[in-house]
Amino acid sequence: MSQRNRLATGGRIDRTRPLRFTFNGVSFQGYAGDTLASALIANGVDVLNRSFKYARPRGVVTAGADEPNAIVQLGATEAGQVPNVRATQQALYDGLVAKSTNGWPNVDRDLMGVIGSLGGKFMPPGFYYKTFMSPASAWPKYEQYIRKAAGLGRSPRETDPDIYDHMHHHCDVMVVGAGPSGLAAALAAARSGARVILCDEQEEMGGSLLDSRELIDGKPAAEWAAAVVAELSALPDVLLLPRTTANGYHDHNFVTLHERRTEHLADLAPLANGRRQSRARMHKVRAGRVVLATGTHERPLVYARNDVPGNLVAGAVSTYIRRYGVVPGQRLVLSTSNDHAYRAALDWHDAGREVVAIVDARDKPDGDLVAAARSRNIRIITGSAVIEAQGKKRVTAAVVAAIDIAGFRVKGSTQELACDTIASSGGYSPVVHLAAHTGRRPVWRDDLLGFVSGGVPGQIPAGGVNGRWSLRDAIADGFECGVRAAAETGLTAGTFTLPTVAPVREGKPVALYQVPHTKAAMRAPKQFVDQQNDVTAAGIELATREGFEAIEHVKRYTGLGFGTDQGKLGNINGMAIAARVTQQSIPDVGTTVFRPNYTPITFGAIAGRHCNEFFDPRRYTALHGWHVERGAAFEVVGQWMRPWYFPRGNESMHDAVQRESRAVREGVGILDASTLGKIEIQGKDAREFLNRLYTNAWTKLEPGKCRYGLMCKDDGMVMDDGVTACLAENHFHMTTTTGGAAGVLDWMEMWHQTEWPELEVYFNSTTDHWAAMTVTGPNARKLLTELVDIDMSAEAFGYMDWREAKVAGVPARIFRISFTGELSYEINVQANYAMHVWKALFEKGAKYDLTPYGTETMHVLRAEKGFIIIGQETDGSVTPEDLGMQWCVGYKKPYSWIGRRALTRPDTKRSDRKQLVGLKPLDPQVVLQEGAQIVLDKEIKVPMPMVGHVTSSYFSPNLGHGFALALVKGGSQRIGQTVYLPMADGKIHAAEVVSPVFYDSEGARHHV
Amino acid sequence: MLHIYCPHCDEYREEEEFRPKGEAHIARPADPENTSDEDWGNYLFFRKNPRGLHHEQWFHSAGCRKFFNVTRDTVSYEILETYKPGQQPTVTAESRQAQASAQASNQGAAK
Amino acid sequence: MSEIATFNAHPTVAVRAESPLAFSRVTVATLASAQGAGVCIRERALLGHLILRGKADDAGFRAGVESALGVSLPLKMGPVSRDDGRGVSVQWMSPDEWLIVVPAGEDLATEQRLRAALSGHYAVMQVSGAQTLLELSGPNALEVLKKSAGYDFHPRNFPVGKGISTTLAKSTAVIRRTGDTQWELIIRRSFADYLFRWLLDASEEYGVFVAR
Ligand SMILES: [Zn+2]
Repeated sequence: MSQRNRLATGGRIDRTRPLRFTFNGVSFQGYAGDTLASALIANGVDVLNRSFKYARPRGVVTAGADEPNAIVQLGATEAGQVPNVRATQQALYDGLVAKSTNGWPNVDRDLMGVIGSLGGKFMPPGFYYKTFMSPASAWPKYEQYIRKAAGLGRSPRETDPDIYDHMHHHCDVMVVGAGPSGLAAALAAARSGARVILCDEQEEMGGSLLDSRELIDGKPAAEWAAAVVAELSALPDVLLLPRTTANGYHDHNFVTLHERRTEHLADLAPLANGRRQSRARMHKVRAGRVVLATGTHERPLVYARNDVPGNLVAGAVSTYIRRYGVVPGQRLVLSTSNDHAYRAALDWHDAGREVVAIVDARDKPDGDLVAAARSRNIRIITGSAVIEAQGKKRVTAAVVAAIDIAGFRVKGSTQELACDTIASSGGYSPVVHLAAHTGRRPVWRDDLLGFVSGGVPGQIPAGGVNGRWSLRDAIADGFECGVRAAAETGLTAGTFTLPTVAPVREGKPVALYQVPHTKAAMRAPKQFVDQQNDVTAAGIELATREGFEAIEHVKRYTGLGFGTDQGKLGNINGMAIAARVTQQSIPDVGTTVFRPNYTPITFGAIAGRHCNEFFDPRRYTALHGWHVERGAAFEVVGQWMRPWYFPRGNESMHDAVQRESRAVREGVGILDASTLGKIEIQGKDAREFLNRLYTNAWTKLEPGKCRYGLMCKDDGMVMDDGVTACLAENHFHMTTTTGGAAGVLDWMEMWHQTEWPELEVYFNSTTDHWAAMTVTGPNARKLLTELVDIDMSAEAFGYMDWREAKVAGVPARIFRISFTGELSYEINVQANYAMHVWKALFEKGAKYDLTPYGTETMHVLRAEKGFIIIGQETDGSVTPEDLGMQWCVGYKKPYSWIGRRALTRPDTKRSDRKQLVGLKPLDPQVVLQEGAQIVLDKEIKVPMPMVGHVTSSYFSPNLGHGFALALVKGGSQRIGQTVYLPMADGKIHAAEVVSPVFYDSEGARHHV
Repeated sequence: MLHIYCPHCDEYREEEEFRPKGEAHIARPADPENTSDEDWGNYLFFRKNPRGLHHEQWFHSAGCRKFFNVTRDTVSYEILETYKPGQQPTVTAESRQAQASAQASNQGAAK
Repeated sequence: MSEIATFNAHPTVAVRAESPLAFSRVTVATLASAQGAGVCIRERALLGHLILRGKADDAGFRAGVESALGVSLPLKMGPVSRDDGRGVSVQWMSPDEWLIVVPAGEDLATEQRLRAALSGHYAVMQVSGAQTLLELSGPNALEVLKKSAGYDFHPRNFPVGKGISTTLAKSTAVIRRTGDTQWELIIRRSFADYLFRWLLDASEEYGVFVAR
């Protein structure tokens, strides 16, 4: 197909670089510099989509981010699929493949179209809510069908092979938008020495300058833009980001930008210099000042059947002609409420096509552009508007009538003007989205007939968004705002001469939003307010009549401004309709809050590099390489990768854990315990600090000794535990749980810094400094004796002692503490030497069958001993007494330590609190489910009183049966009773309440 | 994303370096055992949730690892000051109100 | 009874020490030499690292530290005190905390010199096993940092010589600027593999050389 709407000359496209592309399976040609939309228009493609709800054929309406209809699914490959791409923003590249987003089975013969046209009047707003509400269980089915029919775009079914990233920036002045005011602001700020970032969502910087009819310093406006961009790009502290949308404005001038880095080049990101590059980048900018130069969106008029392809906003017509060298039709009717839109007719006429008429709602238009139209002998019909478009898949005529705006009625008879294009303009809405993202409401200005920024600290609106609409004013305002922004960040402005722009006299616009029809809105053909969401004027009327009067309610009821649209075209028109029907002013109706993101942003860009292996940091111990080589199965604990178990051959997890557990009880095992939190404490008040922090007493702990301690919060609930060793009189080595390490250190810092700054003590994390290996089992001493240079005898090195020694030549602190119940030594060496020591242990350990074990075996062994794990046996509602650990609470300590007061209250002393017990299933093969609820009565009646739950449960090879720890109400009084655990599958397990210590209750095994 | 001035580092830092630690100026009763249940309950459980100025405790966890206080407007998210533990805020809801009424009366006088 | 237990972590016999990156795999395309590389990464492994705590407003403390280390004690966020000839640096970390980096194996001797020179309320703690130092350099090193951290690395805010600690990717790091395009990162052992490979991944597009 030829580019029948392409002009022979003009525009900013490169006719020497033709590009092939495919739309809905048909191959077309466009040029470098085209957008997908301009190329489709050049090729005479009218219908790009079917509408969301009514499945009506739709074509291009605008030339930018405000496009409601030309939204496509992009991607030549499955992996490269991108939904919700606006054809008006997508640069054309060779080989581009796009499809309509909506339309099933296809846009031209749309099954839903039949339903939509039949059912149109039966699908009022709230249709989906009303029709598909019941039965609720069927909603997923309805939704599936509606989604398929409506087509909201789809994500790729294959993994995206592209990479994405983030980049942080700081600058004095961030300028959003590189149109006349944005360029001027950036230039003024940069010349003042500011660090400037200038972003613009389009392929080329310049905004409206790129299709302006006006001259700057006597030259085409686009040339001035190019000169400014050239000057800016030469400055070291200026960052220019084209193809970059400022999508979110957050607190304290934090702006998120979405840069599309390769989407103008190919489906998937091509290599650059032979290396992978990111397809999109999210920039996170912290700016001193943000100059908002986002310009305006032109408002279309709301008239009947204004969604038939061939209805465009007036400014888009000029953009297509002047920037892309395409005319979107042959015969134009322009319907306008203002002078500025006359540009469309002038450009159309100058391109050699017929302007059938300009229909101006005002009685006596008289600005410079009006005069220019008159001088071209273009017919101007005043006091009138297009009230209806005719045609199905393309406009065939415009129905024009004189209108009484104040009375909202058509005056006299109508006339039909044959045409294929209707351009309309109801005025200009400042693009205030970024001024509203932090919650500040925009403010209505009657003189502009639009909302402007409500004023955000640190944000300076410039040019169009500030209501300075003429080119001359926009540039002047841009310079002023750029200087102001630089000055407010502490810089001194340079001096500038403003470029000369001839003034253009524009007449006063008239407030016109919805155009009256000969029939009432409810009975007239559909007048679309929001084409993307298929919201009509009648729908808004109905919503207000049903009581949804606040615009936020109307929005939710009708879908106005929903989703990717964010109200760019339709919001003000919708509010104007609600205001008219409810007889309020527009600001009284309220305004909707705009939310990030301004335009859709790919999830890849949000994730950036934080995906796959970098989704969450993985922390490793110094022995990780060995574990990997040994084929360990890993478990993520916090962010740590810990060996879970070490399977031999094809061994199952169960078998491996049973074997490892037996090895520790019968021979000797070894655990990489390096992940335990370690905190070094120095200072003369270290002991006092421990006394206040822990529930038990530390005053008498001598150097060379270790002690187990419990920490509570001030509500008396256990928060962490661990062994702390006295290294010297003023020097302690604390251990915490693996997951609690950072929190405990922060906790200690908080108490020290904010409550007890007088205590002379310092803490520091030494978790990573030390590698810790637990050698445990009856043969532990024998093995270590072969490697250490100290006396390991029970007399010289007792239980809960620590000793300094060399292990395999490496200086170590060895703590004789036990979490398994066996004879245990925890060897701590500086982490860089850990691998040497670990390997030496295995060398000497071969004859003892030294068995590496993982966290699962560690859990089984400690549970056999009734040792708690914080977060498993505790959940923030468990006291030391609940755990049967009153031996670890020192009520006699002089200082009222953290948690003490709470632990003396009646509620924490209740005898019917949930207390830690053991459970022995009556069937020895049963392993109870962790989390299972416990009841006292076998005869189950719902609801039944639940008295507790299982906290830990395993099968013990050493006991030969399943066993569990549980928290049970009044549990310590229930020893010997039978309780029941009803399961989801209907089975009921019976278990005997027993002591939580299942193994070696006298502690004989570790006291050897 | 707040931009927070750490009074210990003497620099603005990004919010992600900090952890919020709740309401500031919650002092533990000096003698817990002889504190009334009501006072202890207020210390342990009850926190303000004002609309407007609030004094918060923050922790510069990725920086100097020091605690400090922030006076922040919970509506606009504006941070009016940051100050070290043990210091008192210079901007409070009362001072701001006083300032506002002083301004109002000044404007009245100007007319 | 001694008040503090000092500890010589280093073996007197020959023992292979392993850096935190001992098992890290390079999974991105790297260059064979620094020629043409946008980014170079080199680990300075196994250095001595210590944390010093004390009262900056105590003149005796300041003088003691300076006599023990031979460099000035920085009193606020800003330039790291360094003696590159001796491989000694002292960085302000907080109003009462400093990071001292010394050559490999000199941590205990440094601690002992400090303890000999200081009295009263202070602390010295060895953390040599807890962290490692990476040098990040090259024309694109700045971009890699900007991809990884929210701090402002512009020379106006981060001149050569300055050191800070901040977030790096989803972990933290000490970052020091040692030249226009040269940086030192001190990262925690357990996060070292994550951060090292993160930096490589972020550097790949510029051409990255890993110096050994
Ligand atoms: Zn700080």
